[in-house]
Amino acid sequence: MLDIFFMLGVFVFSFAIGHVLIWKVPQLLHTPLMSMTNAISAVTVVGALLLFASETTLADAVLGAAAIALAAFNLVGGFLITDRMLRLFKDRSNGL
Amino acid sequence: MSDGLNILTDLAIIVLLIAGFWQFRTPKGALRGNLTAAVALLCTLIVVLYRHSYFDLSIIVSAFALGSLAGSVVALRATMIQIPAMIAFQHGAGGVAAFIVSAVELYRYPATVLSIGRISGFLGVVIGAATFSASMIASGKLANRIKQTPTILPLHDGLILGTLLLIITLGTVSWNATGSPLIYYLVSLVFCSIVLGVVFSVRVGGADMPVLISFLNATAGLAAAFCGIIIQNRLLIACGATVAASGSILTRAMCNAMNRSLVKVLIGIRPKTNGVDSVKAKRAQDEPEALSEKVATAAALPVKEDYFSRAVEAVRNARSVVIVPGYGMALAQAQFDVAKLGQLLETMGKSVCYVVHPVAGRMPGHMNVLLAEAEVDYDHLREMESFNPQFQSTDLALVVGACDVVNSAAIEIEGTPISGMPILMVHEARNVIICNLDEKPGYSGVPNPLYKDPRVILLIGDAKESVNRLLRSLSNP
Repeated sequence: MLDIFFMLGVFVFSFAIGHVLIWKVPQLLHTPLMSMTNAISAVTVVGALLLFASETTLADAVLGAAAIALAAFNLVGGFLITDRMLRLFKDRSNGL
Repeated sequence: MSDGLNILTDLAIIVLLIAGFWQFRTPKGALRGNLTAAVALLCTLIVVLYRHSYFDLSIIVSAFALGSLAGSVVALRATMIQIPAMIAFQHGAGGVAAFIVSAVELYRYPATVLSIGRISGFLGVVIGAATFSASMIASGKLANRIKQTPTILPLHDGLILGTLLLIITLGTVSWNATGSPLIYYLVSLVFCSIVLGVVFSVRVGGADMPVLISFLNATAGLAAAFCGIIIQNRLLIACGATVAASGSILTRAMCNAMNRSLVKVLIGIRPKTNGVDSVKAKRAQDEPEALSEKVATAAALPVKEDYFSRAVEAVRNARSVVIVPGYGMALAQAQFDVAKLGQLLETMGKSVCYVVHPVAGRMPGHMNVLLAEAEVDYDHLREMESFNPQFQSTDLALVVGACDVVNSAAIEIEGTPISGMPILMVHEARNVIICNLDEKPGYSGVPNPLYKDPRVILLIGDAKESVNRLLRSLSNP
């Protein structure tokens, strides 16, 4: 039971910290922000990995593999495109 | 590893993740921030791989490789105008992963999972599956593959409510189920949630898309967090929660920028309630028809000559120019030409800046990315709130493909669908040039008084063409 409270605490704590920090992100960076958080939400890949931590039936393995592939798509694609997008932002000092 | 050490490692990774967000203040910082967050996720993966022993490592590796390869190809090929559709698609992919993991966990360990874990599991399945289908619809709309306007089904509210009730009932009856009945319950739960997502998102469209995509960002995070609770993984919970926080903030920022409440956007209430308003709204809808003839003539005569020479003169005489890009600019792919015009004006010794409305584009901040791609320096980009008082002292406002966000009816007329929405105070500038495709009202259906203002120089037609003509006339004196 303690564990559950601990986990809820982690949830509330992260949500609160996220809230404080994200209010400070300028509008300029809202698209890259969403793109990055999108990649972070693909952390579900961890859950998909853990499905394989115990013996799997065929159905489990198929579903697990699909979840891993999709989450990896989201994870790698998300960070890459955010990086590409942010590199487009230039200012006078190193732009032009 | 001991338990204490485990907690410390997790904490370190969470701090790393937070440091990633912390750096999201300037574009350069954000570049590092994104990298920091990527490292945090990489560490998460390594830690999880290290802590457990796995069966079928080959499946894991090949599935991961396949997914990341596809992700990289798409990420490297996508153009900046496709970003919103791509992000929506990725939200969907995340949703699938979340509901699969939650469902399999629920099925495999029905007895050992605590009741809070069980509730989280069900929520993970429902939110994940609904996020998946809603994101696919959103992605289709954003990519112009399906109709962008809201689709309202008969008894739409009833349909949503009915599906929700069905989902709750299914969740309740499957509470103590195990074995194959549980599989059936879970499959129907997934199916109902997918239906819910579709019914929910088809009703949102057009200018409300930034709200929908931000909302789905939040639900994708939430699904990940619930998935984390059922598998009792702190890192998953922390990551999911920060994403949910970010998504909900963006959703709120978008709603504020349109002066609409989230509920109204999501349940499809377009503000046109009492009698007077509905007459106005109706007139607003009729007007385009009446205007279409005029527009047809305007299109036949390429931009009226006197208008065009007035525009060139206005640009020549202006010392300070502010460019107001709207989604029309992006649709016409005119951002590169607009940027060239901006550079030319600067070489002519004028001060040039760009003001971007928070909801310009199809997702929060989209316009800034498009301008950055067109090599506009970000120190030229201004936010609405800080720039609005400066319109009065600006010689020329050049509007390219924007309508509702510069519609002064929003602050002058009561009871229109956009009344009360913060707008860019373009009408306060000394001169205004508008390069729009036609004189039709924007998505809101409210006619823009600017079009009738004698001070305003209208260059009707393809924005790219209009901007290029300006460019040519200005570069050969």
